[in-house]
Amino acid sequence: MQTTAGEIRFQELIDADEKVEPRDWMPDGYRKTLIRQIAQHAHSEVIGMQPEANWITRAPTLQRKMTLIAKVQDEAGHGLYLYSAAETLGISRDEMQQLLHDGKQKYSSIFNYPTLSWADMGTIGWLVDGAAIVNQIALQRTSYGPYARAMVKICKEESFHARQGYSILLALSRGTEEQRAMLQDSIDRWWWPALMMFGPHDSDSANTPQSIEWKIKRVTNDELRQLYIDQTVPQAHYLGCTVPDPDLRFDVDTGHWSIGLIDWDEFWDTVKGNGRLNRERITHKVKAWDDGAWVREAATAYAHKQRTELEKTA
Amino acid sequence: MSPVTTTAPLATYLVRHADDNLIIGQRLAEYISEAPELEEDLAIGNLSLDHIGVAMHLYQYAASLGGAGITADTLAFLRTEREFSNVLLVEQPHVGFGDVIARQFFFAAYQTLLWEALVSSCDETLSGIAAKALKEATYHLRHASGWVVRLGDGTDESHTRMQAAVDGFWRFTGELFESDALVDEMVLAGIGVDPARLQTTWETRVSTVLSEATLTHPSDPYQATGGRTGMHTEHLGYLLAEMQWMQRTFPNMEW
Repeated sequence: MQTTAGEIRFQELIDADEKVEPRDWMPDGYRKTLIRQIAQHAHSEVIGMQPEANWITRAPTLQRKMTLIAKVQDEAGHGLYLYSAAETLGISRDEMQQLLHDGKQKYSSIFNYPTLSWADMGTIGWLVDGAAIVNQIALQRTSYGPYARAMVKICKEESFHARQGYSILLALSRGTEEQRAMLQDSIDRWWWPALMMFGPHDSDSANTPQSIEWKIKRVTNDELRQLYIDQTVPQAHYLGCTVPDPDLRFDVDTGHWSIGLIDWDEFWDTVKGNGRLNRERITHKVKAWDDGAWVREAATAYAHKQRTELEKTA
Repeated sequence: MSPVTTTAPLATYLVRHADDNLIIGQRLAEYISEAPELEEDLAIGNLSLDHIGVAMHLYQYAASLGGAGITADTLAFLRTEREFSNVLLVEQPHVGFGDVIARQFFFAAYQTLLWEALVSSCDETLSGIAAKALKEATYHLRHASGWVVRLGDGTDESHTRMQAAVDGFWRFTGELFESDALVDEMVLAGIGVDPARLQTTWETRVSTVLSEATLTHPSDPYQATGGRTGMHTEHLGYLLAEMQWMQRTFPNMEW
C-alpha cells in the first residue's frame, strides 16, 4: 500500500510534536479515538453537574451556595467547549448526546457515586477535580490542537475548583467533631473511586499503546495515578484525615506512596452500568432533554418564521 | 430583638428586597441541570447567581444596621416562613421551562423599574447595590422576554404552554406594586420607591412583549397578597426547609 501525502504529513506532525488541526488528514482510528475520548470528557462535565447540583439548594451559607452554582456553571461551560472541540472532528453535539442517552458513549464513572453530605462538595472539588487536573495537564500536550487548547482553558478553572473544594474541607477540619466526622466519611467514600478515575492499570488498558503512539495520551494511567497519589496523600494528612487504605506506605527508596489493591471488580461493574447511580444519572439527563423538546422545537419554529418574514420584506 | 431579625425600618426594607432575590435565586437554582439545553443551564445559573448575589449584599447591609450576631447568613438561614417578607410570586414553584420563564419575566420587568428608581436613592449603599442590580435585571428581562416571544410565537404546543404559564403566575403580579407604611416612610426619607408608581410602565412593557408573543393578556381579576407581612403560600415552607437544612441540623458551626 502506498503512503499518501496526508499520511506522511500526519506522521511528521506527530514526530515533530506539532498539533494536528481539523483540516489535516488523520487516520480513521485517530479520529474515532479522539471523538470517543473528547465526547466522554464532555459528557463527564455535563453528567458531573448532577451530583453537585444535588447540594446547591442545601449549601450551608450564601457564599458557599454562590461558589457552588458558579462551579456547576463552569462544568456546563466546559461541556459546551468540549462538544465544540469534538464537533471539529465531524460529529454533532446532538449525535454525541444521543449516543450518551443510548449508553453507547460513556462518562466518567466517578459521577455514578452519590453525594451524601455537604463534605462531598469539598471532596469532589479536591479529589475528583484534582484527579481531572492531573489528567488534563498531561492532555494540554495532546496532539490534537482543538483538544489541547480546550484543556489549557479548562485546567485554569479546574484548579480554581480544586482550591475551593479544599477550602470547604479545611473549614470542616477546623470545625466541630460532627464536621470532622463528616469530612472523614466523605474521604472514605471518595478515595478509591477517585483513584479509579485514571482507568485500568497500563497492563489492562487496551487503548493506551496506540494512543501514546499518536500522542493523544502523553502519560500512562499508572504514571498519572502515582503522580496524583503522591500529591494527594499529604493533603489528606494536612486535613487531619486518613485515606481508607491499610496498605498505604511511603517508600523511602522510590520517594513514592504505594497503595493497596484497587477493587477492579467495582470499577468494571460501574463502567458496565451497575454503579450506584448509573441509571439515575442517565434518566435525569434524558428527562431534562425530553422535557425540553417543546422548547427547542418552538425556538426552531420561531427562528424559521423570522427568516421567512425577513425574506418577504427583503 | 430576635438574634436573626432587625427592627430598623431601613433594615426591614432591605430585607424585604433581599428576600425577593434570595427566594427566586433558590427557585432558579433548583432548575440547574434540568434546562432544555446546555446554554440555558448556563443562563439559569447566571440568573440564580445574580439574584443570590444581590440578596447577599442587601442582607449584609441590613445586618450592619442591626444588633450583634446578625449576619447575612442568619437572615437567610435562621428565619421562619412568617419572618420572610418576599412577594408570593418568587416562591411559586415551576413545573417546566415555561414556568421558569414566565415567573422570571414578570419579576424582571418589575425589578428593572425598581432598581432604576432606587439608583436615585439618597442612601448611597442602596443606590450602589441598585446600580449593579439594574444591569443584571436588564439582562434578565431581555433573556426572559426573548423566550416569552419565542415560546408564545413558536409552535401551537409552545403557545398553549406559555399562555398557561403566564396565566398561572398573573395573580401574583399585583402584589409587586403594593405599598404600606414602611414604603411610605422610606419614600418620605428619600431612600425608597413607591412601587405603585412603577405599575403603569410595567403594564405597558409586559403587554408589549405579550402581544409580540401573540399571547392573550391575562385577565384573572383575583390578585393574591400577603408576602410582605409573612402570609405566604404553602410552598415557601418547603423551600426554606431545604435551603435551611444544614444550618438547622448543624447549628452554630462555621462552613
